Formats: sequence, C-alpha cells, structure tokens
Amino acid sequence: MKTEAVIEIKGLVTRFGERTILNHIDLDFFKNDVTVILGGSGSGKTTLLKSILGLVTADEGDIRLFGQEFDLEDEASVNATLQRIGVLFQNGALLNSISVLENFAIPLEQHTKLDQSLIKQMASVKLGMVGLAQAAHQLPSELSGGMRKRAALARAIALDPELLFCDEPSAGLDPITSAALDDLILTLRDQLQMSIVVVTHELASIHRIADRIVFLEKGKILFHGSVPEAKSCGLEVVEKFFQAGTF
Amino acid sequence: MNPENQIKYEAGCLFIEGQLSHVTIPGIARRIKKLGARDVETIDMAGVTKLDSAGVGFLDQLLEKQFPSARLVNVSEAQTSALDTFSAKHHQLPEAIVPEGLFEKMGDAVYQLRHHFANLVLLISEITYWSAVGIFSRKGRRKGAVLQQILLIGNNAIGIIALLSFVLGLILALQSAAQLRQFGASIYVADLIAISMVREMGPMMTAIIIAGRSGSAFAAEISSMKVSEEIDALRMMAVNPIRYVVVPKFLAITISMPLLVTLSMVLGIFGGFIIGVSYLDLTPVSYINETLSILTLEDLMVGYSKSIFFAGVIIVIGSYYGFRAEGGAEGVGRVTTSAVVASIFAVIFLDAIFSLIYMV
Repeated sequence: MKTEAVIEIKGLVTRFGERTILNHIDLDFFKNDVTVILGGSGSGKTTLLKSILGLVTADEGDIRLFGQEFDLEDEASVNATLQRIGVLFQNGALLNSISVLENFAIPLEQHTKLDQSLIKQMASVKLGMVGLAQAAHQLPSELSGGMRKRAALARAIALDPELLFCDEPSAGLDPITSAALDDLILTLRDQLQMSIVVVTHELASIHRIADRIVFLEKGKILFHGSVPEAKSCGLEVVEKFFQAGTF
Repeated sequence: MNPENQIKYEAGCLFIEGQLSHVTIPGIARRIKKLGARDVETIDMAGVTKLDSAGVGFLDQLLEKQFPSARLVNVSEAQTSALDTFSAKHHQLPEAIVPEGLFEKMGDAVYQLRHHFANLVLLISEITYWSAVGIFSRKGRRKGAVLQQILLIGNNAIGIIALLSFVLGLILALQSAAQLRQFGASIYVADLIAISMVREMGPMMTAIIIAGRSGSAFAAEISSMKVSEEIDALRMMAVNPIRYVVVPKFLAITISMPLLVTLSMVLGIFGGFIIGVSYLDLTPVSYINETLSILTLEDLMVGYSKSIFFAGVIIVIGSYYGFRAEGGAEGVGRVTTSAVVASIFAVIFLDAIFSLIYMV
C-alpha cells in the first residue's frame, strides 16, 4: 500500500449557518491514487471538495496539502500550491467570453514564461487528448455540455498538476465519452503519477477508475476503502448503492 | 533560472540535465541558443530528472525546428511514456478563424436588418393582438399578474420620477428665469414650464426612467426565461409565451405610464412654481392662473398620447431583445444592455418625430 498522503484532513467541520455540512472528517488521500467520493445528494461531497480547496472556509479542523498547512492568508504559498492543483468544476466553468484555446492558455500565460508557439503546441496535445483539437477556436457557448467539460479538463491539466480534483466529470455525458474520460483519468494517474480526487455517482465509472472510495453520509464518513471491500462491508446504505446499478 | 540545469554540447551531442518542465524551459531554451550549437545529432536525455508535457512539447519543437536531423538518446522508460502521451504528432489545431472585416460586418448588419424588421413587425402584431384579447379575457395569464406588474413598474418608480421631475422643473425655471427677467417677462416662466413639462419633458423623462428601470428588467426576465428553456416549456404546455409573459406587462405599463407622466407633469410644474414664487417674486395665484390659462386640452393629449406610445416601444423592444437571447448568462447580460440602449434611443427619436408632427 502506498503511504505518502497528498491531502491530510483532521477533524474538519464545515457549517452553513446552523446546519453542519461536514462533521469531524478525518481523511487522507494518497499519492498516485484515484479516490472517488460518493454519497447521496446533500451528503457534503462538493462541500468537502471545496473545503479542501479553500473555496469554502472550514469552521474547525486542519487540512494539509502536500504536507503543508493550506494557509489562506499567505497568498504566495497559496498560489504556489494552487499551481500544483487542477480543478474540473461541475459545469466546466470555462470563461465564456474567450475561445477554448485561450481558456486553455490562461494558466500557462499567467504562471509560466513559455512562448506562444509552445503554448499552442501544448494546447494541440492536451485538447487532442480530450478529443477537442478541432474545437480550439470555438467559444464555450458554442460547445455542448460534454465538450465544455472536456475542454475544462484540458485546462485543469494544462500545468501537469500533481493533484487533480474532478467534480462530477461524467454527469450528463454519454457512456462512450464518459468511458473515454475515465481512460484519460487513468492515463493521467499512470503516466503523470497524478493523485486524483473524483466526485461521481456513475457506478460504471467508479468500477473503472476507483482505487479507493470514500462514502459520505450526512457529513460523516461512512466507509473508506476499495470497491470490493465496499461491496461486502455490511453497511446497508453502501451495499444498496452498489446494488442499485446492477440489473 | 534554475541552477541545477546543465546544458552541455559535445561532439554533436546535446546533454540536458535537471528538470525539463514548464518552470525551467524558458531558461533552457535561452541557454541552448547561447551555446550556438549546430549540427546536433543526438540529444542525451539521461540527465533529465523530470519531463512534463511542456518538456515534451519543447523537445518536439527542438527536433522539428532547430535540429531537424537530431534524435533523442538514452530515453528512460518513464520518459518514453511521457513522450508517447504528449507528443504533438497526432494532433493538429485547425486554422484560426479570421474575424470579419469592417465592411463585411457592416454589410452583414445591413443585410440582417430585414430579418430584424420582419421579426419586430411580427412581434408587435402579436403583442397588439393578444393584448387586445387580454383586455376582455383573463385566460392565458396568471391571476393578479397585471396588478403585480403595475406595482412593479408604476408604484416602485413613483419616488424617482417625482424627485427627478421636480428637479427638472427647478432647473428649467432657473435657466429660463435669468433670460426672461431681463425683459420683465418673468410671468412667462409659468407658461414655459407648463408647456414643456406637459408636452415634452414629462413624457420623455418618465419614458427614459422606465426604459432604464423596467425595460431592462423585461429584457433580463424574458431572456433568462429563454436561455433556461422556460419559454420553450411554456410553448410545450400550449401556453402562448407572449400572452402569458408579455401581455400582463404591456397592459400594466400602458396603465402605469400615463399615471406616472401625470405625476411628472405636476411635480415639474411644482418645481417651476417654487422658483417663480421664491426667486422671481411672482404671487402663487398669478403663477397658477397663468399655468392654467396657457395649458390646453391639446397639450395634455399630446403628452398622454406620447406616453402611451413610449410605453409600447419600451415593452416591444424589451421583449424583442429578450426573445432573441441565446448563450447562457452572458447572453442575458448582452441583450439587457442592448435593450436599454435601444429603447432610450427609440424614445428620444420618436419624441423628435412627434414634435415634428405636432408642429405642422
């Protein structure tokens, strides 16, 4: 078992007003693993993701990324850490006023001194990897939902991040595209030694990509382990989840 | 740059040592240039500790442009897989789309005009038809929708219109008082304020404020309904969207506008009255008598007919742009801006035409 943790979470509590969304989460994410976060609607999956990234402020607890405290006050260190992280948002979150290519180029132009021709070449490679090289000059609003998501994935991996977060990457995609996206995620893990955190509901995709799964329920971790372990863990909710997809 | 990078060139072989990543590439590129190496036959990869996608891209460019006859040697297994994954040979970006030139754009805009015109006429006819039907039948609109819209358009605009008209009356009176006083014709300030507020300023100011306040709100509401497929959903429920969404607004604004214009006229004249009495030493009674004697029914008719016309223009333009929206939240913002600009333009332009018509 790999031991190096890229994310360590201790005693994380996040509240929205009176409601406690995350209730004392203790969790480690390991290097070179695909960890899938599961759970019903409102179980706190997206909030967990956003708490790790600092988009939602945690009320209590300790989050360490790459072994370092993620101190939101210290902008320089936050920026340095964020350059090692890629995030694929639920609806892609491409900037709508600029083309796919320009969207892809944002992190490279802002954080590196690479020249334009190299950026273009990298764009052709990574947009090609997600199957969108032909759409490079189109605006995000001209693309379908699935294409937008794939373009956003290309943008998320522009800087070859060590850690990639994907919020529902295959939601709303057809099974073929979804499988291609899963293959891409596995490629990233194997070729680039990326650690990947995925929030998803798709059973097929969980079976394909998950090295380990984290099952959230009402803001607590119900189960943490591999897929085969989950199927025979004796917890009714978790087993029901996996049975729901078998015909 | 990174001190760990070592570039050496020996006998046709280029040695790169250290990381080859998006951080170090600009420095490495500069150093290779400085070495001035030509006739590179091999690039030795043994010293490369890290190779990311930018590094692969860089090597691709190096092999393609600077050293076309060179090849990579001592490539490790991990590097091979990185090269396989990120090599650009498989993908080509399409040609960039050349933006249209100025004349092409202008020509296109003119050519598109006929569509706009046709659609606008169609929309006007539909709104007119369904509004006429809507006066007699409640069918096809929500209960209390018209009243709600009247509150939204009329009631909530009372404050701003009252204040602005009052200030406008003050300004007009002050500006003209200075001139008229020289001739001892101070009393004509009352005439000037009365006629200009009733015939011109009242309707126009009100229309401009309503265009900014409510015209933008219509465009935003209808366009966001359009982009979130609510309009399509209404159609599929066999509900005419114009009848359901636009008609209540049209009726509401047609009722509200004359009332707001009345308010504007009265407060404008009141502003003039304040100046006349306090600054020009006119007696209140003489000011009011002068005002009442100069105003004719025709003046009022001109003012009110304009206001109803403006109301229609604001609704038609707001909904026309609203129904044209596409492309998500950005589209909503775009059409809202266009709708406000277009309706203010239309109001002022129409006002000019009205002035011409009534002059003759």
